[in-house]
Amino acid sequence: MATTRSARVPEADPGISGGPERIRAIPLRHPVRNALAVLLVLLAASFIWDAAFNRPAYDWLSVGKYVFDIRVSQAALVTLELTVLSMVGAILLGSLLAVMRLSPNPVLRGIAWVYLWIFRGTPVYVQLVFWGLLATIYRFISVGIPFTDIGVSWTTQDTLSVFWLAVIGLALNEAAYMAEIVRAGMLSVDPGQSEASTALGMSWAQTMRRIVIPQSMRVIIPPTGNEVISMLKTTSLVTAVPLSTDLYTRTRDISAETFNPIPLLIVASIWYLLFTSILMIGQYFLERRFARGTRFVDVGPGASS
Amino acid sequence: MTDQLTGSSSFPMVLAERVVKAYGSHVVLSDISLSVDRGEVVCIIGPSGSGKSTFLRCINHLERLDGGRLTVDGELIGYRQSGDKIYELKPREAAQQRKDIGMVFQRFNLFPHLTVLENIIEAPTQVKRQSRAAASTRAMQLLERVGLAEKAKAYPASLSGGQQQRVAIARALAMDPKLMLFDEPTSALDPELVGEVLDVMKQLAKDGMTMIVVTHEMGFAREVADSLVFMDGGVVVERGTPSDVLGNPQHARTRAFLSKVL
Ligand SMILES: Nc1ncnc2c1ncn2[C@@H]1O[C@H](COP(=O)(O)OP(=O)(O)OP(=O)(O)O)[C@@H](O)[C@H]1O
Ligand SMILES: [Mg+2]
Repeated sequence: MATTRSARVPEADPGISGGPERIRAIPLRHPVRNALAVLLVLLAASFIWDAAFNRPAYDWLSVGKYVFDIRVSQAALVTLELTVLSMVGAILLGSLLAVMRLSPNPVLRGIAWVYLWIFRGTPVYVQLVFWGLLATIYRFISVGIPFTDIGVSWTTQDTLSVFWLAVIGLALNEAAYMAEIVRAGMLSVDPGQSEASTALGMSWAQTMRRIVIPQSMRVIIPPTGNEVISMLKTTSLVTAVPLSTDLYTRTRDISAETFNPIPLLIVASIWYLLFTSILMIGQYFLERRFARGTRFVDVGPGASS
Repeated sequence: MTDQLTGSSSFPMVLAERVVKAYGSHVVLSDISLSVDRGEVVCIIGPSGSGKSTFLRCINHLERLDGGRLTVDGELIGYRQSGDKIYELKPREAAQQRKDIGMVFQRFNLFPHLTVLENIIEAPTQVKRQSRAAASTRAMQLLERVGLAEKAKAYPASLSGGQQQRVAIARALAMDPKLMLFDEPTSALDPELVGEVLDVMKQLAKDGMTMIVVTHEMGFAREVADSLVFMDGGVVVERGTPSDVLGNPQHARTRAFLSKVL
């Protein structure tokens, strides 16, 4: 810091360098902006004061008690697992669907289109109920050669727990949305890029994997961050499967026993907010990572010379 | 014109015979015949929309031909002939043909998410399965040759247009092509940067590379080209040595075009 400043002195002082005189203006004042900020801080402070001391319904003692309750933190972990697993599945399947929709093969394009039509066209809640009924509709899962007796078979009930049915239900639904996000990202890449890589003798798959998809990341990551946060909250619908170990269902069950719903809603919100905040930090670093090669972005020391 | 394409190396590097290309009902190349010998440098000039880029893109099968035949180094491009039947090539086979043909674009088309060095070694490592070390050694030699060795670790966005185009040439050369196609390589450059790219191309021509160059740089054509082709309306109107075509054009259309650009 000190070296930078002293290095700039001659430049800033026309008396020494003899260059053109620097502008020494009085910075613009922002009285309205400042007054507004003060007003908002006062309002927020009075709201917090009021919530802390005058509203017994918030029951902060119970909030403090339940926020670290083992049942709640375990449920928070289940919600986190549901989110991560179903998003990983959705991103993988969604990328595959996007590539299929852009592929030169009309059969693949058709399959992807039908998938999107069904999974985007029906509510996720309805899909989750369907997944819950899977064991009723298909009692056995069989792998074998059709029209012969060769093969193995499992009962659906024993093979797929409610948790995994919830993950599958959330992932398959989300994949349809991820497919559109990934496709938009891929279309945002200059066609000259795939032309250049094709001209170098790279195959379509290599062009996608090495050239188009990495460049589309910059466009894909921000809306995907949105989807992750949205998924975190959508997990509260898994009660439709029915899975009752997630954060929202668990806190609701507890409040049904205590007849005191408000503190538990606050507890659930605190956990959801904690996870969202962590996700937002992660997104910031991912975005920096994929901004490599764009002008004016500091990608850390040693990245370019 | 040679009739047989087998046996000797006397057949030309590029042989286009009555090539036709249309987009829907819009015929862009109506009848192109052109032969380019080994080590020859051919410059193509012609008005905008005359099909110059389309013809280059046909040579490395970025576009599919609708008629005629086109061979590079004796090999039919995009198709396989067996008896009197012609089969379309599989994508893998088409890619195989493209790796021997380098192409340089007007807008450089460097991969912005890769450094200069990574741009150059991408295809050798991915397509030719060269080791990273071997490809990098070769890439550094090529960067040396285009005068940009110190930029190996830079990203394309931090380079000037002229530097980017020189990297793009090095990237194409890294595949050891037997033929280089240039589509207006200096048209997107500021005037003071044109020279450095043309110098690299002149050196390449001197080293014996077979080159087809679409360009408006008449000075370059006059100095480097073995022959100059004037295209208009999807046909080759005139071909000759640069001094003949520029100094003594035979066709009215050529004269009209040259009077506008010279
Ligand atoms: N993908 C495409 N689909 C439809 N028409 C096309 C396509 N590509 C090129 N064309 C048309 O083909 C004609 C020839 O285009 P081409 O780019 O080959 O011309 P050019 O001689 O390279 O011109 P320029 O000097 O402007 O680059 C133009 O009329 C153009 O509109
Ligand atoms: Mg063109």
